[in-house]
Amino acid sequence: MPAFPQPSTNDASTRHLSAVAIEKVYMKGQHRIPVLRGVEMHAHRGEFLSIVGQSGSGKSTLLHLMGLLDQPTVGEVRLRCEGADGAPTETLRVDNLPPATRDVIRNRVFGFIFQFYHLLPELNVLENVLAPLMIRDSAMKYWKNRREYRDQANAIIEQVELSHRLKHRPSELSGGEMQRAAIARALVARPEILLADEPTGNLDAQTGRGIMDLLCSLNEDHGLTIVMVTHDDAIAEQSHRIVRLANGNVERLEKAAA
Amino acid sequence: MYRLLLCTRYLRTRFIALASIISVMLGVATMIVVNSVMSGFSYEMRTRINGILADVDIETNSLNGEADAQQLMARARAVTGDRIEAISATVEVFGLLHFRRGGQWIPRPVTLVGIDPEAESKVSPLQGHLDSFRDIVEDGVVTRRKLRPEGASPNWELTDEALAYRTAWKERQRLFFQPTSSDVDPFDEQPAEQLMPEEPVFDSGEPRGTPNFDEISSEPQQLGTLATANAISAEKPGPAAGPANVTNQGFEWVSQDDDGSQKIIQTSATQEAELAGSDRGADDPFQNLMVPDELIEADAAGNTESDVDAPLHGRLYIGAGLVEILREDPRTGGVQLERMVHPGDDVKISTVSAGSPPEPRHFFATVVDVYKSGMSEYDANLVFCNLEYLQEMRGMIDPQSGKGAVTTLKIRLKDYEDAPDVVRSLQNAFPPHLFTVRTWEQKQGPLLAAVDIEAAILNVLLFLIIAVAGFGILAIFYMIVVEKTRDIGILKALGASSRGVMTIFLSYGLALGLVGSGVGAVLGLLFVRYINEIEALLAIIMGRKVFDERIYYFPSIPTQVNAFMVISVALGAIVIAVLASVLPARRASRLHPVQALRYE
Ligand SMILES: Nc1ncnc2c1ncn2[C@@H]1O[C@H](COP(=O)(O)OP(=O)(O)OP(=O)(O)O)[C@@H](O)[C@H]1O
Ligand SMILES: [Mg+2]
Repeated sequence: MPAFPQPSTNDASTRHLSAVAIEKVYMKGQHRIPVLRGVEMHAHRGEFLSIVGQSGSGKSTLLHLMGLLDQPTVGEVRLRCEGADGAPTETLRVDNLPPATRDVIRNRVFGFIFQFYHLLPELNVLENVLAPLMIRDSAMKYWKNRREYRDQANAIIEQVELSHRLKHRPSELSGGEMQRAAIARALVARPEILLADEPTGNLDAQTGRGIMDLLCSLNEDHGLTIVMVTHDDAIAEQSHRIVRLANGNVERLEKAAA
Repeated sequence: MYRLLLCTRYLRTRFIALASIISVMLGVATMIVVNSVMSGFSYEMRTRINGILADVDIETNSLNGEADAQQLMARARAVTGDRIEAISATVEVFGLLHFRRGGQWIPRPVTLVGIDPEAESKVSPLQGHLDSFRDIVEDGVVTRRKLRPEGASPNWELTDEALAYRTAWKERQRLFFQPTSSDVDPFDEQPAEQLMPEEPVFDSGEPRGTPNFDEISSEPQQLGTLATANAISAEKPGPAAGPANVTNQGFEWVSQDDDGSQKIIQTSATQEAELAGSDRGADDPFQNLMVPDELIEADAAGNTESDVDAPLHGRLYIGAGLVEILREDPRTGGVQLERMVHPGDDVKISTVSAGSPPEPRHFFATVVDVYKSGMSEYDANLVFCNLEYLQEMRGMIDPQSGKGAVTTLKIRLKDYEDAPDVVRSLQNAFPPHLFTVRTWEQKQGPLLAAVDIEAAILNVLLFLIIAVAGFGILAIFYMIVVEKTRDIGILKALGASSRGVMTIFLSYGLALGLVGSGVGAVLGLLFVRYINEIEALLAIIMGRKVFDERIYYFPSIPTQVNAFMVISVALGAIVIAVLASVLPARRASRLHPVQALRYE
């Protein structure tokens, strides 16, 4: 178990990404389907946080809300922004920002990993990895920076040990390789927070362990904040902290080891 | 950047997109080809009509015409200043052409135009349309050189070939022709037996017809000594031809020569008889046309006794379409153009006299040339006749002044741009209740308008084809969007904006349109460029000509590529492709990222 200077969950100064009293209700015709009922959860800077819970408990929904892919019915998502160029660091509410701003935050702050990898089938590994950078820049700017970006991507692909598969299409890769490509893609834009939705869910134990090792080392070496959804307790064990969702609420089960 | 990349990737990896490209391409290519051929035809047609018709026509509203052509021309010139290049005074009247074929007289309704070839050729390029002035080319090989010397202007003289043909034909007639009862003149309603007198008869037909039938019948004594070879003078009125009730069965003309000696003018009589195919004589009004002395005199001078085959005084250029038929060759199966009348032949013309009531007039005339302009409407309708002869036959010559009346003034302008102006001033000078002044375009208004409307309708229909291609794109794009739902979610998760996603699909549509219309335009232009080669290839494959120049009159398929048309068609196709992709693109951009990600 990696040593992580366990902060107090109440220490507001280290909170990186927070879900504050989040409720999410889906409407199915006239029926209200409440999925989250006032979830309160904070991911601290540099923390490796696991969200566990039964299938259908709303884990993915929560992750999407925190990653600004969706908007909560009630509640706030707060992000602690490092003040660049001497600007003060402050915690901002981000869920109600205009779509364009949320797009930019998604692109720069978050990295996503999904259970089904979600690589773009038309692009090869390198291009998939470069996709966030392409999205970030205009064609002109990208073209100017393409060398730098390529080196950046190559370095990360090397880190996930996929250098020999650069020109392969996703359909020519194994599940583990695809997930590693997806991780490389999530990391290439140097995000602050990595959001992973069952990254090992579709892999065998051996491969899953490899992916987990990769995530742990990223967390340790780069201080990356990771929020991971899983329903595998064994996997969750490797994180610093586990949040259990049940009936749309957080069942706070601090780890026994802590 | 990702938009571009994904757009091109989708383009490369989706074969279904190829289908929409091809549909756009075919639409564009067809439109370009059809438009080029249509405007080629239209252009060709206009130039041809313009080549046949004079720029501006002044037509009298009555068939009688206006007596003083010179005065009319002077008036026209006076009101238009110096904008007129040339004027040709003509007589235009409807008529019937009869020619012999297989022992039968075949009638054709025609427009008879009395012209002075000299003046006429200054107004419209008559010369280029006359057979003897042209090389005849078949399958790219000159099969007959032109028969007239370079630079000759059209006249009423027969070519040597036509004369030779005429002599040979006459010879054959003399040798082999036996009158038969089945050979019935079209004007003759009497039973054939009755018309066959036992004794040989001499007909009195004259190459020079009379201007007025009544005159003849009332004053036969004036016409010189009449040596009747046949005593029978059955009073048989000509059937349809009321005035042709000349009584003599047959007779010889004897005219007084200057030296006083009598001369039998039998030459043309024989000729007429042969022409008519029998010596039935009296019942044929033609054979009884009598002429005043002086005319016979003139005739006698022209046609010596030895020159029995000399062409008649009536001379014609006849439209090729009147005497040509397409005949299938039973052996080869090919279609062949057969000409039933040749220069040198004699034909019959019926028309009406001037004055009221108009009375039928008939005369024989020798075909000098065949007129072929390439516009079937004219080639199957026009017969040009020597002006003075037609005037004479129609009784349009004023006995006092000797001036012939005309019905139509054809005007060539120095600059056709002036036409509206000229028409206006002419309309002021020529009272509308007596004259109609029109440009050739106005004259051909319905035809030209029909062609334009045809082109417009065809364009609308063809554009609908591209619109159909557009709906194809719409459907295919919807499919692609649905197929790409998950990818759209991924892109959004990676930070792509809705607008960015929309741009992918819009530029996808644009790319399809660009490629489709680009390739289509190139294809269409190539097709147009090589349309005749393609036609030849098709002809080889199918074993018959697709575009038979003898039917369409064009030696090759005429095309005219209009750059503006090509560009607007291509642009139109691109716009349609983009428009068709708007809906799917909007749908893609509005996809909720989470829903897209849940999509499996
Ligand atoms: N668009 C929607 N409309 C209605 N109900 C929805 C919608 N999306 C999700 N839900 C419901 O919300 C609940 C939570 O779904 P979610 O995907 O967050 O569960 P989960 O915890 O991630 O489950 P799993 O472990 O199987 O991935 C489910 O019961 C699902 O049916
Ligand atoms: Mg889930």
